[in-house]
Amino acid sequence: MTDRALSVVRAGALTSVQDEGRHGHAHLGVPRSGALDLPASRLANRLVGNAIGAAVLETTLNGCAVRPRCAVTVAVTGAPCAVTLDGRPVAWGAPVRVPPGAVVEVGAATHGVRSYLAFAGGITVEPVLGSRSTDLLSGLGPPLLSDGAALPLGSPAPAYPHVDEAPAPGVPRELVLRMCPGPRADWFTADATAVLAAGHYRVSSASNRIGLRTEGPALRRAVEGELPSEGMVWGAVQVPPDGRPVVFLADHPTTGGYPVIGVVPEPDLAAAAQAAPGTPLRFAPVGRP
Amino acid sequence: MSPLRTLPVGEHALLVELENGEAAGALHAELLRRRAAGTLPPVREIVPAARTVLLDGIADPRALAAQLTTWRIPPLEAGAQETVEISVRYDGPDLADVAGLWEVSEQEVVRIHSAAEFRVAFCGFAPGFAYLTGLGEEYSVPRRDTPRTSVPAGSVALAGPYTGVYPRPSPGGWQLIGSTDAALWDPHREPAALLTPGTRVRFVPRAAR
Repeated sequence: MTDRALSVVRAGALTSVQDEGRHGHAHLGVPRSGALDLPASRLANRLVGNAIGAAVLETTLNGCAVRPRCAVTVAVTGAPCAVTLDGRPVAWGAPVRVPPGAVVEVGAATHGVRSYLAFAGGITVEPVLGSRSTDLLSGLGPPLLSDGAALPLGSPAPAYPHVDEAPAPGVPRELVLRMCPGPRADWFTADATAVLAAGHYRVSSASNRIGLRTEGPALRRAVEGELPSEGMVWGAVQVPPDGRPVVFLADHPTTGGYPVIGVVPEPDLAAAAQAAPGTPLRFAPVGRP
Repeated sequence: MSPLRTLPVGEHALLVELENGEAAGALHAELLRRRAAGTLPPVREIVPAARTVLLDGIADPRALAAQLTTWRIPPLEAGAQETVEISVRYDGPDLADVAGLWEVSEQEVVRIHSAAEFRVAFCGFAPGFAYLTGLGEEYSVPRRDTPRTSVPAGSVALAGPYTGVYPRPSPGGWQLIGSTDAALWDPHREPAALLTPGTRVRFVPRAAR
């Protein structure tokens, strides 16, 4: 069989196609989107010999199962989980050769939230504005995976995989996110930074690809009133009227009208994407004014 | 020149705050001119908003912030560019409410709205959803008390000082005054949005269905 495609056997709770995201269109109201744990999606691509920006599958908590119609090399990274090939255990974090018609199953995450399943040649759904990512805020890109759906696969590059084994991440007891203060830190009372740093927050189950929501003490405003809409960035810690900070992730709106008390640097956002609901959370203010 | 304030946004972005939307529009236009001329350091996103411009994906925000304060930014010129005309049936379900808020007749709402020259101040909410300014302050209206669960694509609507056109069906709390068949959003077109920041717009009345 030469058909380069896969069939979805079990879509999982929320499995989407993701790449490096949709850049350069924020001024039109288009979110950046893309894999939430970029180091993990890039690693999965390297393991199968792809360029780092090839489209992969991003699962949420309970994995997924697919049946490639052609022989293809796959790799699973991100949240550690059992990986099976026609029911037999195979390696997580390593290239796995899949014969045509075999079922690759990404199991439930043993810890963390999102696993990444890469295929040599990548998933080649039609790009929208330069990206194949599913954007859950605005609905751009391919639909979420559904049982029985088919996805096209690209031809693998002749390149040899850049890495052949990846260490599994450990279980973080606590999520610590660095935070650069600003742009609207002065909209909050002077104790707000100390409250964020004290660590009485937990990751809320209402978190999604748009934002990491939190449960914990409400931050108090020093400036009342409405903030006129302003541009938002990945990692912005926005504080809605209930006072519980929300860390914006890849599908965040491009503009928003609630004040941003600080911004989490990009390298910390992969950990934010892997923090399961209930994980203790604190913010560590760093540098800048 | 109007005062300009730069605010830190993490390690690779900068928020520039101006005294009003006109000034933000003027800075946005200047940034696009400098980017086209190759004199702006690489920036991934330039996002204008109500009275700010966000610069995201820059190597050295502090250096750019220092540079910005030395710029001479010419004010926006009306009529300096092409105007997009949008044909509208002023038959929205909230036309009567808007007439009540403005204390004029429905015909007068149509006359005032179609006589104004609008400018796209910024986009947000959804891909291709533009916030247009151009109505006088006295024509600001509140959002609906209860947002609609579904507003049809092409709805022309008012909220606060802004006019917007829904690019596709979505929930929404704006006051609906009319509808258009214009293709606000087409990802296969370049640019995908009909109404991009800085674009001048007029609404042209056509007979209601």
